[in-house]
Amino acid sequence: MAIQLNTEQLEKIHSHGEREYPNECCGMLLGRADGDSKEVSEVVPLKNLRLDSARAQELLPLEDPGRESEKNRFLIDPLEQLRVEREARTRGLDVLGYYHSHPDHPARPSNYDREHAWPWYSYVILSVERGKAAEMTSWVLSEDRLRFDPEPLKL
Amino acid sequence: MPVKVVIPTPLRQYTGKKDSVEVEAKTVGEALAGLTSRYSDLRKHLYNEEGKLRSFVNVYVNDEDIRFLQKDQTPLTETDVISIVPSIAGGSMIRCICS
Repeated sequence: MAIQLNTEQLEKIHSHGEREYPNECCGMLLGRADGDSKEVSEVVPLKNLRLDSARAQELLPLEDPGRESEKNRFLIDPLEQLRVEREARTRGLDVLGYYHSHPDHPARPSNYDREHAWPWYSYVILSVERGKAAEMTSWVLSEDRLRFDPEPLKL
Repeated sequence: MPVKVVIPTPLRQYTGKKDSVEVEAKTVGEALAGLTSRYSDLRKHLYNEEGKLRSFVNVYVNDEDIRFLQKDQTPLTETDVISIVPSIAGGSMIRCICS
């Protein structure tokens, strides 16, 4: 599998990551999947629900709220996701994956990312270093849920 | 009574590419049990090793999260649509687990 984005979509993710710095940004990638490739047609920035900590705790509690916050955790509102997904389906688009940023951390998935993932989706990670968009990578969870494999990101 | 369960894209590979499945059920618990007994490969992506729904897996009846209804016991009517929505959560941590 490979995921394809155009320059405008790449820019949109970059600027979202920079705008939210030092917090994490997150969003959805909509498009069409055909055999071995996923072609992104829309980048949909979403709100990081961790900024609303009471509601976020109710949906998916943090294990260590002392060390975890909106700076190193993100959560997308599942109802918002459901609505975007339904609307996308009416236009023949699927959710191909999600993106999020790692402020001042490498664009590599964490163990926490793995525990909260499904196979097939592309998990795109953007590293934002001192407020500037840096490396961007894409990952797919293995079938046995044990690791993330890198996925080619084509422009 | 047949109810409709909408299957998200990543899980369609386990349901013979179907984007929705009809199962006989009176409650959400019965619907999910029916679904995972028909498509057993779905199980590990929905349930953890203790047989509980994974914490990041959300189940909606129409627009309502079953967590705020009666969970597994939430009763269903024929027009209800069940959606399975993963919590998209993550974040940076020290340890990298990539291959």
